[in-house]
Amino acid sequence: MIEPTRETTTDFPILKQRVNDEPLVYLDNAATAQKPTAVVAALTHFYEHDNANVHRGVHTLAERATSDYEAARQKAQRFIHAAEPAEVIFTKGTTDGLNLVASTYGEQHVQAGDEIVISIMEHHSNLIPWQQLALRKHATLKYIRLTADGELDMADARAKITPRTKIVAIAHASNVLGVINPLKELAHLAHQNGAILVGDGAQAAPHIAVDVQDLDCDFYALSGHKMMGPTGIGVLYGKRALLDATDPYQYGGEMIDFVHQQDSTWTQLPWKFEAGTQNIAGAIGLGAAIDYLTDYGMDRVAAHEQQLVDYLLPKLLALPGVTVFGPHDPAKHTGVIAFNLDGIHPHDVATALDMEGIAVRAGHHCAQPLMAYLHQVATARASFYLYNTLDDADRLLTAIQETKEFFNHGSGTAK
Amino acid sequence: MGLAQLNSLYREVILDHSDHPHHKHALTDATNTITLKNPTCGDVIDLDVQVNAAGLITDIGFTGEGCTISQSSASMMTDAVLGKSREDALKMAKTFSDMVMGHEHPQADLDQLGDAAILSSIMSFPARIKCATLAWWALQRALLRDGDKEE
Repeated sequence: MIEPTRETTTDFPILKQRVNDEPLVYLDNAATAQKPTAVVAALTHFYEHDNANVHRGVHTLAERATSDYEAARQKAQRFIHAAEPAEVIFTKGTTDGLNLVASTYGEQHVQAGDEIVISIMEHHSNLIPWQQLALRKHATLKYIRLTADGELDMADARAKITPRTKIVAIAHASNVLGVINPLKELAHLAHQNGAILVGDGAQAAPHIAVDVQDLDCDFYALSGHKMMGPTGIGVLYGKRALLDATDPYQYGGEMIDFVHQQDSTWTQLPWKFEAGTQNIAGAIGLGAAIDYLTDYGMDRVAAHEQQLVDYLLPKLLALPGVTVFGPHDPAKHTGVIAFNLDGIHPHDVATALDMEGIAVRAGHHCAQPLMAYLHQVATARASFYLYNTLDDADRLLTAIQETKEFFNHGSGTAK
Repeated sequence: MGLAQLNSLYREVILDHSDHPHHKHALTDATNTITLKNPTCGDVIDLDVQVNAAGLITDIGFTGEGCTISQSSASMMTDAVLGKSREDALKMAKTFSDMVMGHEHPQADLDQLGDAAILSSIMSFPARIKCATLAWWALQRALLRDGDKEE
């Protein structure tokens, strides 16, 4: 049951290649996911048959493009269980969505002396927008700590979130520690204190079923490319009441109601937040990726990745000289596994693995405060998705052992 | 291909420099100093250079953290430029960065780089070129901002 299904072996042609003369094992999914042929076909079909600008033409192609674009919005709405399509804003990606919230809602509501609460595990894209907002407003930016095994410390969260807190912004899943954070509980804590909860869904939406209404998030941002859609497209969810009361992010075509010489009024949601020609093909491609994930089943995605982690993590932890970050209990760990090998810099590890055809990330993972907190300059990171197999996990384990041997005994001893 | 390919990058001399880096210490009497980071990986080098009135590099030392390639490159760089004139050192930095980018250079220029010339093998590993050049960029920046101790 762990082996890839017939469709995943044929749907991702990019995976059927050799890299450095070895069959490719792609384990950099937390950075970006590979695209199934259905997504590539949707992009091609749009450009070859339906391309036109949306919402502003009466001709047939404009009508087709508009209806495809809005159908993609409805797919995204159902995927995250938003109450209505008007709550689904297309963005460039998670970074764009989070910046939108900080620059509009944050700008309107955060004042001197207020608090913004994030966690030490945040990706820079859910950190710097709040840090800079706090600096502009003379507000305080507070960080929730981690427990000893790398989970969010909820006792600390209860201490840090106070009646002075206006915004709580937390990753739904970590891009380093492999934990899923209890957004629902955090939303409840935030609401008790009169604050809103902003969820960074970049690492969660591709891997687990997301229900923004059940989580009770006020805003939730995700990236299309990490869930097998094209780059440059993402979704920002916001509760209608908040979006209605929030000023536009950018001004221009498509987002207006009436423009007079000295003043303007804004069109309705969600288009109020979509100034200028949007990434129409990207949205349609994301719609195709959502179809793919929905057909496959998000529960099945999560179960598949959990089986890989259950298999790999204990074996990795059993290797001498290997440090794994985040919880060591496979049940608490997602398919994002950051690790270091004693005495070998993660860049050297990544180069060695690349020679074995294995693609992993090495670096600070856009989480420099977390790296400092963990006393690491950088880490290596293997991250899995629905097309990865037990064989991929075995290839990684073998290559890690060979890498250790190579660097610990000098050159010339490798196979 | 496998790890055997790594031997072309991680030659013994490179591993030796990274295991036992030369001049890895801070100077108390540096005339030129700089901190340079590789923002893509978080590697950092603090480079101290002492240049005398005649324009000769009389002492050099570095501290910081980084991968095998950046550490060994820094070690080999300090060996190569110690005792050289400021101008020669800058010329060597240019030669090194040209070399790793695959540009042709007279053999005499490459010989002057000493052990550092062995890093021409980095050309086959484009993702690692920045690791090799960090120390030489630091040298260039430190020497060009003569007498300026700020960073």
